[in-house]
Amino acid sequence: MAEFETYEHDVLVIGAGGAGLRAAIEASAGGASVGVVSKSLLGKAHTVMAEGGIAASLANVDERDNWKVHFADTMRGGQYVNNPRMAELHAQEAPARVRELEAWGALFDRTKDGKILQRNFGGHAYPRLAHVGDRTGLEMIRTLQDHGIHRGIEFYMECTMLRLLKDGDRIAGAIGYDRERGRFKLFRAAAVILATGGIGRIYKITSNSWEYTGDGLALAYQAGATIQDVEFVQFHPTGMVWPPSVRGVLVTEGVRGEGGILVNKEGRRFMFDDIPPEYKQQTADNPEEGWRYTQGDRNSRRPPELLTRDHVARRIVQQVREGRGSPHGGVFLDIAWIKEKLPNSAEHIKRKLPNMYHQFKQLADIDITQEAMEVGPTTHYAMGGVRVDGDTQMSEVAGLFAAGECAAGLHGANRLGGNSLSDLLVFGKRAGEHAARYAAEHPLGAADTSEAEAATRRALEVFERENGENAYQIQADLQEMMQNLVGIVRRQDEMEQALDRLGELRSRAERVSVTGNREYNPGWHTALDLPNMLVVAEAVTRAAVQRKESRGAHFRDDFPKKDSAFGALNILIRKGPDGRMQVENAPLRPMADELRQIIEEMK
Amino acid sequence: MSEATFRIWRGDSKGGGYQDYQTEISPGMVVLDAVHDIQAHQAPDLAVRWNCKAGHCGSCSAEINGSPRLMCMTRLNQVPLDKPITIEPMRSFPLIRDLVTDVSWNYKVKKLIKPFKPRQPDAPDGTWRVDQSDADRVQEFRKCIECFLCQDVCHVLREHHLHDQFIGPRFFVYAAALEMHPLDTENRLDELRQAQGIGYCNITKCCTKVCPESITITDNAIIPLKERVVDEFYDPLTRLFRILRPSSREAR
Repeated sequence: MAEFETYEHDVLVIGAGGAGLRAAIEASAGGASVGVVSKSLLGKAHTVMAEGGIAASLANVDERDNWKVHFADTMRGGQYVNNPRMAELHAQEAPARVRELEAWGALFDRTKDGKILQRNFGGHAYPRLAHVGDRTGLEMIRTLQDHGIHRGIEFYMECTMLRLLKDGDRIAGAIGYDRERGRFKLFRAAAVILATGGIGRIYKITSNSWEYTGDGLALAYQAGATIQDVEFVQFHPTGMVWPPSVRGVLVTEGVRGEGGILVNKEGRRFMFDDIPPEYKQQTADNPEEGWRYTQGDRNSRRPPELLTRDHVARRIVQQVREGRGSPHGGVFLDIAWIKEKLPNSAEHIKRKLPNMYHQFKQLADIDITQEAMEVGPTTHYAMGGVRVDGDTQMSEVAGLFAAGECAAGLHGANRLGGNSLSDLLVFGKRAGEHAARYAAEHPLGAADTSEAEAATRRALEVFERENGENAYQIQADLQEMMQNLVGIVRRQDEMEQALDRLGELRSRAERVSVTGNREYNPGWHTALDLPNMLVVAEAVTRAAVQRKESRGAHFRDDFPKKDSAFGALNILIRKGPDGRMQVENAPLRPMADELRQIIEEMK
Repeated sequence: MSEATFRIWRGDSKGGGYQDYQTEISPGMVVLDAVHDIQAHQAPDLAVRWNCKAGHCGSCSAEINGSPRLMCMTRLNQVPLDKPITIEPMRSFPLIRDLVTDVSWNYKVKKLIKPFKPRQPDAPDGTWRVDQSDADRVQEFRKCIECFLCQDVCHVLREHHLHDQFIGPRFFVYAAALEMHPLDTENRLDELRQAQGIGYCNITKCCTKVCPESITITDNAIIPLKERVVDEFYDPLTRLFRILRPSSREAR
């Protein structure tokens, strides 16, 4: 029998990005003893990669902004399959969450009168993103980290969870291992908050790091919770495409916010060619107006480059498919052109986009102040995740909460840029608050140790096999397959093929063998991540098969139009009693009349 | 396609040695790509930390041909390929395995530095007003990605192992970001002088040279902090002032 080290907390937070840290701070403030486990070192989570900013209707730059406009923008961007209650709370509470960060030491860029500066971003009606150059995520995670370490929270760095443990129907803890020595750790907790981030690693081209194997979704699924909306995977329109080693690395939307334009190899600004009807009113119809908008002219409309990410990504794919792409299979993103407009453009670009300048200079030998970048879509974000209650963030399993990217609801079919960082803060706080309250009302459950033993036994089996499959190879094959068959443009026959291939990959994963020992062994860690990735890949594929329409980030070649019947429902995934994956249609969460009215007014 | 040889340190706290791996190289490749390739095809248990692969997270610090660098930002066209490229773990921290070191000391040190303490808000709505020029100075320090390469190269830690008397360049930058934060009211100078050992720094600027974020660590953070310490504790006028008005600092 495997041995575990046992720890006890009122609230266990799994994940230490923005949502996990914000949740931990709040749970601790609520009087709970809090433990945070993180797959990497503290401060390295993917939040650090967020560049553009935090969306909040502070109205510091344009006084016309308020929560109602932010709410309507979020719903429009999500194609109205969002959880309206979450979109409402998010829009209402984001400003307070941003101001709170400032009180904890974050230092945002400023307006001329010394307030927090806000920038334009795709799908937001007014300049709304509080930011620090193009490294806002770093500012946010460091602020939360540096504040959080003084709140009596216990951090367990480089720890990965294998299973959630239950006591009957409610949550009782989790079992996992530490990377350093490979020791199993059993956490007993009255409440557990999942804040594990995304699923990007199931695709080949992604902006996500090795950590984003969908652990939270898989843990919740195995524990009997429901996941939803997983067919909506955001492909960010602008990832690097060249050189090959950096393919997928993010190029911030801030480049377009500062005046960057998309052109094809013929030099045409193709984004002007196809503007969706619901955005026609708000979009510039000539380059001059678009430029004025990026420079803060309040009477101009936004350039089509700042349409929602799903739309921009598909237009780029179309250019490439029709032979009008750039040499390495992308299109050109040009910010250098602004030298026609600004005398000191090179300095201006370096000041506004310092990370992008260095990233291209160092990794691609390109000076973005002088030449265009080559960009193409990269897997960036999962709109779907654990189905939660909009107010409390509790899942359908008592005591199990989820916040941030691994939770579903706020973003619907497509997330607006900047709404992720605000999501982490608003719902991280809510999850922490309600988890602490739940823990105060419920004593620790008796964690089912037989489940923990089974999990550790499975984890060690890979060492007993010899000459089995290589976990890295299976991961690479999965990524390639998902990229090709369940990517930006989807078709029934390809996705059915994907389901067959997933079956093969699952049986190969059962034959994985690992060499070496349990101490900091990435081969072993990769093997242990595989089951989660396979669950999530299957869920994405089954949900994408089920939604026979095109909406937001989910585009079907065989059903290229929106279908109002599908527009009235969310697709749910859960584990059936027979252990197989079940897919179900559920009506959208009801919308309050006053919210419906706001949407009508802002149409 | 050409090949290159990577001479990678393999081992743990009990011992180890260099092992050579040959791998194909492609245009634009960085050292971390080569390490991943070796991991996937030749040495699945090769221990390495990494996350963002774009120089934003500071996880993949190592010593490449003897220089402390991020593996994800070191392109192969920047190193000679006609001889083996050496990759070793950071030397200032205890080894866990292969390229992974125990950097937990840094996390403990940070906790000892007094946290941010803002002044009362400037506006009735609880917000502050800050001039961009005041933010600029601190924003430079807040670019730090905590890769700890500056800690690795600093001879006070690397050669003299004064980890219990000296917090290292990273945390002088951290302290400077707090001390120079336009809203902060805390005083950290006494600890900087005593327990945190700022006097040990003899401004050789090795930290500044290795910083992947190009933070001017020595000139903009450490030297001004040293000056503040001198002003606070060694300037006769200030000392007299302090005796007469013990709370004088609170008022500035």
